Amino acid sequence: MSDLRELYQQVILDHNKNPRNFREMADATRKVEGFNPLCGDHYTIFLKIDGDVIRDISFVGNGCAISKASTSVMSSSVKGKTREEADALFDVFHKLVTGDKGGDVEDELGRFAPFSGVAEFPTRVKCAILAWHTLKSALHEEKESVTTE
Amino acid sequence: MNPRSADRGTADRGPQTADRRNAEEVPLPSAVRGPRSDYDVERIRRDFPILSRSIRGRKLVYLDNAATTQKPQVVIDRLVRYYTEENSNVHRGVHYLSEVATADYEAARTTVKKFINARDEKEIVFTRGTTEAINLVAQSWGRVNVREGDEILITAIEHHSNIVPWQLLCEEKKARLRVAPVDDDGDIILDELARLLTPRTRLVAVGHASNALGTINPIAEIIAMAHANGSLVLVDGAQGVPHMSIDVQALDCDFYAFSGHKVYAPTGIGALYGKESILDAMPPWQGGGDMILSVSFEKTTFNALPYKFEAGTPNIEGVIGLAAALDYVSLAGIENIAAHEHDLLTYATGRLREVDGLRIIGTAKRKAAVISFTLEGVHPHDIGTILDREGVAIRTGHHCAQPLMMRFNIPATSRASFAMYNTRAEADALITGLHKVIEVFR
Repeated sequence: MSDLRELYQQVILDHNKNPRNFREMADATRKVEGFNPLCGDHYTIFLKIDGDVIRDISFVGNGCAISKASTSVMSSSVKGKTREEADALFDVFHKLVTGDKGGDVEDELGRFAPFSGVAEFPTRVKCAILAWHTLKSALHEEKESVTTE
Repeated sequence: MNPRSADRGTADRGPQTADRRNAEEVPLPSAVRGPRSDYDVERIRRDFPILSRSIRGRKLVYLDNAATTQKPQVVIDRLVRYYTEENSNVHRGVHYLSEVATADYEAARTTVKKFINARDEKEIVFTRGTTEAINLVAQSWGRVNVREGDEILITAIEHHSNIVPWQLLCEEKKARLRVAPVDDDGDIILDELARLLTPRTRLVAVGHASNALGTINPIAEIIAMAHANGSLVLVDGAQGVPHMSIDVQALDCDFYAFSGHKVYAPTGIGALYGKESILDAMPPWQGGGDMILSVSFEKTTFNALPYKFEAGTPNIEGVIGLAAALDYVSLAGIENIAAHEHDLLTYATGRLREVDGLRIIGTAKRKAAVISFTLEGVHPHDIGTILDREGVAIRTGHHCAQPLMMRFNIPATSRASFAMYNTRAEADALITGLHKVIEVFR
């Protein structure tokens, strides 16, 4: 059970049950869908971007606990951040869940720590990273949908 | 008799003929044949080496048989023997090895013919699997038989492999794909299917059993209805062949497709049955070697059935392995296997119903040993991961049946599917694992 408890930490279970920023946004400036065909994770992320800053972010959809908690944590952590700051957070998160110990980026606030167990479950990495890829696409590309396959 | 020692040394006795591959001459698997009461699942388990390995320090409980089945030692040994003693190309060489390989390849066709009770070997075309078999029919038969405004009728319960080839055909021909609905139990609504049979319905494509819900469809009735309407019928038998005795002549289906790997044979091999008169009138599908009689740059004369549809060097090891698997199943007795699996289905269904918050999706009257379910508040993917840590392998997701998931308004399910070697104790392990899931999530 110990590695399962590592994967399904209380914080993840909490975000899964009570996801933050879980709502539609009528006045969003950007709306991108992310889905994972393997398991059917499917989210729509709404953004209100003002110049270079993410003024507001929300999401709707459904999927596994890892993907939902990850999307919830992502939404809280990038709100109010610039594109560049959000990109840096992407890198931090990506390194954490893929078990990449190299590089100089660090999760200073430790807010991604609950996802450290994901690295032990290779098939679940794409569940955790889906929201972040979707965000990246929303910030930098014109695509309307993203998959992690 | 030890199957392996009996199998060895045949090369010394000259090329094998079809007759020598008759079922009665094939060595018995250690699994005991005979009536239900003699079905000894523990002995059968010993024939499947992978079942004795452990996964993450726990005994493997393999309940993903609708995805693919494990292989008995006789099948594995047969592949080794082919490459150790017989490897050669078929239908070409005049040398000894080519004669052996050709004889075994064609003997395998006879084995398949008998297994599904086709009338003639010409009616058995080897393919990569069910998917390729269906594509062959859609592309070859469809090319000359489907015109603008015609209709192909499928059902809401189909696997993507029995949807997409028809969609491609309909798009190309400006034909119409129609879909017979299923009810809340996962049974095809036959009255609706009857209404959808029109003078334009050229073909009905229906699964024998559903990989996602387990429903065994009333294909005999559907075939009779379609024929009365003047429509042909293709049966996707991927989930039929492993679980029940198949008689294509009694069914009177026009095409029947299945995959070897779901019936204890290697991956990459399957077969298409087609009525001879229909196959004969169809144009070739893929061009290449083996499917021709003579080639010039002006004109090519095509080979006879079934070779017309087997372009290129075939999957010889797969074909030979398929025959070994079907022999193994025949000796255990498909009726015995069906009875054993039905017992597991009944037992596991009962135990699953006791799990708090669990809902079984697919409650048809007749089911193969496939159980799809959802667990309140837990996504199937999380269930799959937690069960995996317990050594229990199940499938989670949409099971290549997205329209069906939409019908039941769920994104995905968890699916446990049973085979000839599973036990009640393994169903118990599934239940224990599900209680772990609940422990983590509640």
